[in-house]
Amino acid sequence: MHSFEFIRPADSTAAITAAAQSKTAQQGAEVRFMGGGTTLIDLMKLNVETPAHVLDINRLPFDKIEPMPDGGLKIGATVRNSDIAYHSSVQHDYSVLSQAVLSGASAQIRNMATVAGNLLQRTRCMYFRDTAMPCNKREPGSGCPAITGSNRTLAILGTSDHCIATNPSDMCVAMAALEATIYVEGQKGSRAISFGDFHLLPGSTPHRETVLEPGDLITHVTLPPPTKGSRHVYLKLRDRASYEFALASAAVVVTIASGNVTRARIALGGVGTKPWRSYEAEAVLAGRPANDANFRKAAEAALRGAKPQSENGFKIELARRCLTHALRTALTS
Amino acid sequence: MTKSNLSSELPNPNRRDFLIGTGSTVAAGVIATYAPANAAVRAADESTGVHRDSPAIEGTVPITLHINGKDHQFRLDPRTTLLDCLRETVALTGTRKGCDHGQCGACTVHVNGRRVLSCLNLALMHDGHEITTIEGLGTPEALHPMQAAFLESDAYQCGYCTSGQIMSAVALLKEPCGPDDAAVKELMSGNICRCGAYANIVAAIQQVRKRG
Repeated sequence: MHSFEFIRPADSTAAITAAAQSKTAQQGAEVRFMGGGTTLIDLMKLNVETPAHVLDINRLPFDKIEPMPDGGLKIGATVRNSDIAYHSSVQHDYSVLSQAVLSGASAQIRNMATVAGNLLQRTRCMYFRDTAMPCNKREPGSGCPAITGSNRTLAILGTSDHCIATNPSDMCVAMAALEATIYVEGQKGSRAISFGDFHLLPGSTPHRETVLEPGDLITHVTLPPPTKGSRHVYLKLRDRASYEFALASAAVVVTIASGNVTRARIALGGVGTKPWRSYEAEAVLAGRPANDANFRKAAEAALRGAKPQSENGFKIELARRCLTHALRTALTS
Repeated sequence: MTKSNLSSELPNPNRRDFLIGTGSTVAAGVIATYAPANAAVRAADESTGVHRDSPAIEGTVPITLHINGKDHQFRLDPRTTLLDCLRETVALTGTRKGCDHGQCGACTVHVNGRRVLSCLNLALMHDGHEITTIEGLGTPEALHPMQAAFLESDAYQCGYCTSGQIMSAVALLKEPCGPDDAAVKELMSGNICRCGAYANIVAAIQQVRKRG
């Protein structure tokens, strides 16, 4: 691990001012905020991240879950995953989020990992994590050995010729389906970012993963008021039953009335280069009978643009079945 | 000289103390920025908790950590993980280093009563926190009920993962966990056992839960 200066900023203004000294808020940032540390310390040990300054933001006042006046929920940036998953409002009104968070990592890591850290969770692509290998995400322009190499766990949606790394987050998949909003404080003040606009597709700049700029500090996330009568399912398929990243996952928030789907919010995990909201699947489901045939059509629509690599073609049908099964579970729940 | 005479004349050969002493002497020489974890440091613990051997090397930061009910003061390189601090600086070697990347659970300790992985934490993040390691759980004379249950159920083979398993299991008692074995297995999935003692680990945990 490279040496760094450890700083505990007194308040968010001090944190933002210090972080704004960084040339980038993306891969290789000179200044990093430290939350739970579960991703950042791991990557610092691998010399994938080498910040010169680490800002401990764990004592800033962003550790609360609070109800909003509009009936929604405000979740602070440093709230731990286990506190989200077991929070009564989340379990009752946003069950898909609780299910998704509990499906990720281990109990120890969930006690450490924060909301903001999970929004910024880095890919598990082995080439990204190995500094002996080229990687366009880590070293722009160096190439992507995954495309011709080991890519069984990598993405089939949103890929480019430069990067096929999967976004590994479970929490983000649920937040995409819940249409969360991310609040950021920066040098130019505060701003709200729709969940779908936060993560970037790799394109020709895979080292840019989010819209964050130097000095931007995520303060909290809000969830809109719960949809009455909505059914929530998070289904995660993986190589072992627990403590493993998704090969494919589906977050489903659907409302069914008189046998018809009246509202559907669908997102997929483990298959996309970012948390993958499927407007295509939602459009197929809306207003149509809630049955297996339509669930399958929705799943086919969701994967229509999928591009398989040499080892991960199986993910297309796996993701289709994952979504179909999640919808079926929602119908019978 | 009879066998009994020999044993009475020799100091009690405690294998664990021997390993701590020899192991840390080597470590202190290799990793100069860590305070050496030797007998002198541990002696300092007993009185004031101040680790006088901690070198004031440039870039090191003073910190007080509250570990197993006792304050420890020393200077640390900011890179020092909580795990390395516990093992190398404080000489509490019951907490194990397995993968050092958050994948095995051998380094599990409690911070403010919750289980965390000490390998993915910087020690400097924890001033003012209540840190509990396996050494703070029970003593050989008065085992924690979970330690006793692990013994009773033969819930280990080589023992390397055991302190992490026990720290996880003790924390699990206070977490929302369903009554069946499947719920226990899910919440224990972050602790890997290469010997495969899983069945007996689950049995030990369930035994403690049933006894309340």
